[in-house]
Amino acid sequence: MTRDGIKDLILEIIEDIDEDADFDTLQADKPLRDQLDLDSMDFLDIVMELRKRHKLQIPEEDYPQLATLDSCVNYLEPLLADA
Amino acid sequence: MPVPFSQADDQYDVIVIGSGLGGLTSAKRLAYCGYKVLLLEFHSQLGGLATWFKRKGHIFDVSLHGFPYGMVKTCRKYWNREIMNSIVQLKNIIFDNPQFHLKTTFDRQDFTAKLISHFKISQSTIDAFFTRVAGMNFYDDQSMTTRELFNEYFPGRSDVHRLLMEPISYANGSTLDDPAITYGIVFSNFMNKGVFTFEGGTDKLIGMMADELEKSGVTICTNCKVDRIVVDKRKVRGVECRGKMISAPSVVSNSGITNTIYNLAGKDAFSKEFIEKADKIRVNNSSCQVYMGVKKDEGFDDIGDLLFTSTAPEFDSAELCDLHTRSKTFSVYYPKTRPGHDRYTIVASMNANYQDWEKFNEEQYRLEKEALIARSLVDLERYLPGIKEKLDWIEAATPRTFNRYTLHTRGTSFGTKFEGLDVSRSIFKEVDGLFHVGSVGIIMSGWLGAINYGVIASNDVDAFMRSRE
Repeated sequence: MTRDGIKDLILEIIEDIDEDADFDTLQADKPLRDQLDLDSMDFLDIVMELRKRHKLQIPEEDYPQLATLDSCVNYLEPLLADA
Repeated sequence: MPVPFSQADDQYDVIVIGSGLGGLTSAKRLAYCGYKVLLLEFHSQLGGLATWFKRKGHIFDVSLHGFPYGMVKTCRKYWNREIMNSIVQLKNIIFDNPQFHLKTTFDRQDFTAKLISHFKISQSTIDAFFTRVAGMNFYDDQSMTTRELFNEYFPGRSDVHRLLMEPISYANGSTLDDPAITYGIVFSNFMNKGVFTFEGGTDKLIGMMADELEKSGVTICTNCKVDRIVVDKRKVRGVECRGKMISAPSVVSNSGITNTIYNLAGKDAFSKEFIEKADKIRVNNSSCQVYMGVKKDEGFDDIGDLLFTSTAPEFDSAELCDLHTRSKTFSVYYPKTRPGHDRYTIVASMNANYQDWEKFNEEQYRLEKEALIARSLVDLERYLPGIKEKLDWIEAATPRTFNRYTLHTRGTSFGTKFEGLDVSRSIFKEVDGLFHVGSVGIIMSGWLGAINYGVIASNDVDAFMRSRE
């Protein structure tokens, strides 16, 4: 999957979680949590969706890697190389 | 709808034991993940402590007293929009005790205003306190108690301590001597936007959840008490229920954590170190309730939705649980609670200790229940003069009642103290395929906590199941 593809995947999952999420002003290098009003349950939802859609197992200690859109892409790129 | 136990298969991916809000939510999430799920409930009705009962045309809610706004998002994400749309605010929360009397919407804005006007606390102190509790996480340091937290910001102000603590003691059973985080997390949840309820009542909510489970393909059996979780060589094999073995690689127990370890799986299923940790778990206190139903075509003016009342001079965690406590809440249900069912009901709730009630013989027990009802009526008369003549039903529940219907150890109505959380969260690291969801550690309790914990546990189950593939 390309970097843009991964970005779209993450945004699509977040849109399912919060349909009011405003992506227009989203800064890719800033924490998603602060910009989109996401809480720890929302991050758990992202982890579950990635497992469901792409059979990805993200261990709890790696959850901080999902903090920003950029860090999501960096972390997921090698894992989704064949997707 | 539940199906007869004879229709249950011999093999499932996941068996959920118990249908409290945590168990129901786990079943729903795991079916959504694509697993074949069986839900077994010992009672005839689903819901666990999220329950109701009918008497003489009345419907009494047992635990529908008010939950935080977070339920809106949680119900939309993990249940459905219809359930979310039935959540409405309770705007009139009343405090009445020898130290103060006030009406509030129970949110940060109104609490700030009241703390300034009634209690003469400075804006900067209030802001600092709110910022402090809002930043609390369950994995933070636990060494500070709620008493110490209050004394840091409001030293010597027992009236402020009462305002801040009393509602949370009724919400999760926590005391001034519990870790401050168990207070701060729950208090902050409520302060977000106030107190909310489910329009249509508990029966409607659980009915909607049961429909949703049926659509998701979950097999539900009620009147099915699980006798044993079968564990072999640190691996779950399934459960034994009504003389039948049903196999499954994963079992989610929504039974209490102590019941799960000692009665369902049995001590031998775990390591010595784990049992040593489990032995230290303290279960929380239980409750007493008095249910009052108003005659058809009778009613009363609005006196508030939720009343925190006490005639005790100061707040005291032990006094709240005393057999003859002078502190109680009144949850008032107007016809608006169940549109179309035009009845008024009132539920008085008190915290209570199982030990105080278990020692009575049948005659003493009957007399104490009568005294409990009489005290509740005297207290309610202060807000609704002449109410006694308008009632056509009144009955009481005690810690023994809670124990009988939920099987919870010592009838606990708030799960366990903080140490239960770690045991609950790590049980699957002890026995492959064994998971727990339920009220533990005070913070994972209440309707919102139970549902969210159901989602957290489902994530662990899903990760485990996928790792086997």
